[in-house]
Amino acid sequence: MSQHCVWVYGDHVNTDVIFPGKYTYTLKSPEEIASKALEDLDPAFTREARPGDVIVAGRNWGCGSSREQAVTALTGRGVPAIIAASFNGLYFRNCINQGLHPIVCPALVEHVRTGDEIELDTARGYIRAAGRVFPIPPLPPSVRAILDAGGLMPMLQVRFGGGR
Amino acid sequence: MTAYTFAEKVLARAAGVSAARAGDVLDVQPDIIFSHDNSAAIRRIFLQTGAQRIARPGRVAITLDHAVPAPTTAHAQNHAEIRAWVREQGIGHFYEVGRGICHQVLSEEAVVLPGEVILGADSHSTHFGWLGAFGMGVGRTEMAALWATGVLWMQVPESMRITLNGRPRPGVTAKDIALHIIGRWGADGGQYRSVEFAGDTLAHFTLDERPVLPNMMAEFGAQNAYMPPDQTVFDALEARRTRDYTPIYPDADAIYAQDETIDAAALEPVIALPDAPDNVVPLREALGQPVQQAFLGTCTNGRYADLEAAARVLEGRRIAIRLIVIPASAEVYARAAASGVLTTLVAAGAAIGTPGCGPCMGNHMGIPAPNEATISSANRNFRGRMGTPDAPVYLANPYVVAASAITGCISDPQEFLS
Ligand code: SF4
Repeated sequence: MSQHCVWVYGDHVNTDVIFPGKYTYTLKSPEEIASKALEDLDPAFTREARPGDVIVAGRNWGCGSSREQAVTALTGRGVPAIIAASFNGLYFRNCINQGLHPIVCPALVEHVRTGDEIELDTARGYIRAAGRVFPIPPLPPSVRAILDAGGLMPMLQVRFGGGR
Repeated sequence: MTAYTFAEKVLARAAGVSAARAGDVLDVQPDIIFSHDNSAAIRRIFLQTGAQRIARPGRVAITLDHAVPAPTTAHAQNHAEIRAWVREQGIGHFYEVGRGICHQVLSEEAVVLPGEVILGADSHSTHFGWLGAFGMGVGRTEMAALWATGVLWMQVPESMRITLNGRPRPGVTAKDIALHIIGRWGADGGQYRSVEFAGDTLAHFTLDERPVLPNMMAEFGAQNAYMPPDQTVFDALEARRTRDYTPIYPDADAIYAQDETIDAAALEPVIALPDAPDNVVPLREALGQPVQQAFLGTCTNGRYADLEAAARVLEGRRIAIRLIVIPASAEVYARAAASGVLTTLVAAGAAIGTPGCGPCMGNHMGIPAPNEATISSANRNFRGRMGTPDAPVYLANPYVVAASAITGCISDPQEFLS
C-alpha cells in the first residue's frame, strides 16, 4: 500500500504529446527522454512531477505510434503506475514489457482532480480515493510475472541468467 | 454468448484455452515466428537474456530480403552473422538472398497455414490474413523473447468487420480498396484491432490480389487482418504444406467493436498523395502530376499478377522515365520470365532487380534524388521512406504505376488498355 499524488487527464491522449516525435531520434538517454515527458500535453507535469506521482486518465490512453519512449519517459520520471479508463493496445503491451503497471479503472477519472492523493495497493488490488474504494482488475499470472521482474528483458534475464 | 470473432477463436486455440474474449490476456504459442535482415540485431538482444538455444528452431523462419544482394560491407557482415546463427541454431526455414520478400516467400512455401498464428518482426505481418492466419508484427525484444521461450503474452484484440460487396469496376483493384479504407477511417481506424473482412467481393480477387488488403491494414493500425479462406487458398497450399490444419471462421453473430459495409462496385481508382498512406484522393484528382521514377514491386504489389498488369499497359510502348521492377520472389520472377511478361517489361525500358524489398524502404536499388517524385506500388509513403527526405512518394495500383511510367506524370491506365 502506498500514497500517491495524481495528475489527471482526459480521453485519447496520444503518444505524440506523451513524448514528442521530434525527439525520438535525438534524445536517447533515459534522463533526457524523461525530461520531455508530457511536454506538449501539460508543461506543469514536465516541470513539477515527482517520483511516485501517478497518472489518471480517460479512455484510450497512449493511442498513436508504437513509440516505446512514451512509456520510458514516464518510468524515467518515477511514475509507478498509470490508471486509465482504457489503454491503447500497443501502449498497454509496451507498459507491461517495460515493467510499468497499466491499471484499467474506468470510474476513477471522474472522482479525482490533479493534486489529489490516492492510496494504491496493487497486491490486494484496490485504489482508495475520494472516500471510495475502486477495485483493480487482476492481471493474469504470466503478465504479473513480467511486471514483478521489471519488464520483459529483466524477466528473461532472471530465467536464462543473462545481464550484468 | 457463444459467438466468437476470428481473433478470439484463433488466439484461444494458440493459447490452448477453451475460449477467449477481446481484452483477455493469453500466453500464445505461435505456430511460426519470423524475422529478416533484422535477425542479427535480434540475436544480440537474445544473447543479453542469457538464453543460448532457440526454444523451437523448427518453427523459426528467417528471410534475407531487405537489402539484397548486400549493398555495403556492413550489410554483408550482417547477412554473414545471420547465416552463421541459422546453422548454429538449426533454424528450420531459412531463405537466402534472391528468394524474395519474407511475407511472399513464407506464403509461397506454405510455412504458415489457415487457422495458425504467425508473429513476425516486421510491421506488415498482418499480410498472412490472406490465408486465414493470424499475423501480427512484434518488436525486436519480443522476438528475442519468442526465440527464447516460444511463447508471448498477447491481449485478444477487439474486432472490426469490413464487409465488401459487389464486383469492383475495371481498373479498381484490391489496392484501391485498401487505400479507400485507410483514407476513409484514417491511419488509426483499425488501431489494435483485428480487421476481419467479409462479403462477396473477396471472391472476385485473384490469389495474387488477396494479400494486398491484409498487408495494407498495417497502415490502418490493425493488429492483424483476416480473410475467410476458401478452396482456392487451400489448393494453393496443398502441394507444399507439411502440417495438417483446421481453418477458422468467425461466428455469424460474433460481437464486433465496429461493423462497416463498403459497396466495392461503386469505388473508383484512388491514389495516396505524399506523405501518408491515408492521404487518399480519387486518381482523377492527381492526374498530370509529374513523377521522375516509377517503382513496381514490394510485398503489397510485386506478385505475378501485378507484373502482368503492368505488362498489359506497357505492351508495345516505351517508358519516358525510369521504371524499376522488383519481383516479390524468385518464383514470381521465374513465372514472369517464362510467360514473356518480363520481356515485355524490359522491351518497354524497365530495369529488373533481384527479388526482395528493393527501394521500398530506401536501402538501395532505386533511391530517388532530392525533389524527385516516385509513383510506387508499395504500402507506405512516409517522408523519407525511400531514402531521401524531400522525395515525395505516391502510392497506387500497378496499372497506374505503369501508365505513369509511359507519360512521366500520374496517368489513367484506361488510356492504354483498349
Ligand atoms: S517490401 Fe517494403 S513493406 Fe514489404 S517487407 Fe519489404 S520493406 Fe517492408
